[in-house]
Amino acid sequence: MTEPLFKVRGLKVALPDMTRKPPFGRVPLVEILKGLDFDLPRRSVTGIVGESGSGKSTLGRSLVRLIEPTHGTVKFDDNDITHLGEQRLAPLRRDLQMIFQDPMSSLNPRRTIGSIIAAPLKHNGLANVGERVAEALARVGLPQAFATRYRHELSGGQRQRVGIARALALSPKFVLADEIVSGLDVSTQAQILTLLERLADEMELTVAFISHDLSVVRRLCRQVIVMRMGQIVEAGPTDTLFAAPQHPYTRELIAAFPLPEIDPDWLASTPVEEKETQPPLGA
Amino acid sequence: MSTPCLEIESLSATLANGVRVLRSVSLTVEPGEVRALVGESGAGKSMIGKAVLGVLPPSIRVVEGRITLEGTDLGNLSPRASRALIGARTALIPQDPLTALNPSRRIGPQMTDRLVRILGWDSAKADRRIRKLLDDVRIREPDRVLRCYPHELSGGMRQRVLIAAAFAAEPRLIVADEPTTALDVTVQKQILRLIAELQREHGTAILFVTHDLGVVAKISQKVTVLYAGKVVEQADTAALFAAPQHAYTRALMAATPRYTDPMASLRPVDEAVLAGLSAEIATADRNWKPNTKGSGHD
Repeated sequence: MTEPLFKVRGLKVALPDMTRKPPFGRVPLVEILKGLDFDLPRRSVTGIVGESGSGKSTLGRSLVRLIEPTHGTVKFDDNDITHLGEQRLAPLRRDLQMIFQDPMSSLNPRRTIGSIIAAPLKHNGLANVGERVAEALARVGLPQAFATRYRHELSGGQRQRVGIARALALSPKFVLADEIVSGLDVSTQAQILTLLERLADEMELTVAFISHDLSVVRRLCRQVIVMRMGQIVEAGPTDTLFAAPQHPYTRELIAAFPLPEIDPDWLASTPVEEKETQPPLGA
Repeated sequence: MSTPCLEIESLSATLANGVRVLRSVSLTVEPGEVRALVGESGAGKSMIGKAVLGVLPPSIRVVEGRITLEGTDLGNLSPRASRALIGARTALIPQDPLTALNPSRRIGPQMTDRLVRILGWDSAKADRRIRKLLDDVRIREPDRVLRCYPHELSGGMRQRVLIAAAFAAEPRLIVADEPTTALDVTVQKQILRLIAELQREHGTAILFVTHDLGVVAKISQKVTVLYAGKVVEQADTAALFAAPQHAYTRALMAATPRYTDPMASLRPVDEAVLAGLSAEIATADRNWKPNTKGSGHD
């Protein structure tokens, strides 16, 4: 058994709660992640599922250290990166890449696709940038001519391919994929996910795949972490978790997913009583 | 056969440059029935809903076709009379419950406004009606909710409020435009059930716009599959899921993820299917001449 790529212990993140900001003085903190323990095994896709506000994006951002945890430790490849400063973090950054949810806002409108993919390569002082960009485009199935195009000339699916090409151009150890298909049509979604599935396998990537879509997670991920209100309610191998979900919330989540199949009893099987009377925290 | 609640016959619409965005769309919604309009982005499903409600953007022109609401051809009415009829007989459940509500007004007046100002009810009657509907959508503290501003409610609560508002004036037809797309799955399920319950109780017909075949399977009795503004297939929902006839419908189904069958689902749509459809559409467009006696309310 190889060592996991990430070892996370007692992870807590508290952020300023702007909805309760007083006119003067300190902003009160709200605890988003309430003490999480988990490992991410190497060369394997781990799904992180949960509803909005469950803390799954905050968890992802703590892994790539876009957020500094308040408590606990995050160990990446045996380095404790929990509180590393930006300078000490810099050499590790090339192994911590991210594919974003919205490829429209995560691609610079004024730069060509080629220069967008080249940016992280140049930043890391690599040679043969042109060759590597060509390779990255080929890897995600885009024609070389796209290197001179701009983001507005591309379809949603093509843009997300560029996002993947950029994240993988450095052959990172770890990729965080945060809701990368939630804005796409099902036909495009299927293309992007099968592409990611193939590349993760070929490039031996460790992927944290954040999604609210259980069906997608079932297909793509070897293990799953189910989150709710800043806590892990259940985690385990995907097959086991779907075959015999232990926690009531996991069962509720699975039952709420509308399968594309006729089932006259499905709607009747849900309680409709108003549960929430509190406004949501800022998303 | 009774008069259909909504009948759309050969509806075509173009952009200012003449590009067709709706291609001779025909469909019927019978009283008390839920018809799903399903398709990917750009299929024109929301546009059909907007055409029915008479709120197409000015850049889009209806160039042929007829929209008949409970036997009345909207094209035969003056714009004013058409708006009045649409206002009295139809309602909308929008996609995004936050932008659909005025952020600077309390929920109560926003809900009663339509009843009082447009339908001329007295305010006590409107208030009673709204409270009844809030009870139907299981809002436990109507007094509190009516005094709230939209940002003080969660997404699911806002959508409950909008469902109550849509059913309040007893419309014959509701256009539901992706009403659960912005919601979490557990909330989506509750909202779908509430819509189905109220729809049955009030005998309201619904044109249900969605991109999600899962939602189609759970909420509708009839379904129209659209691609690039063209009707690809129409069927009883049960029949469509049992045996989809068109290659595009089959491809859409195979692309839709299913946790019960992970390896067989999530298949990318075969390019040949899309190419075939596009060729079919291009041929139809070349041979198409708008029947200039178009109605619609543009």
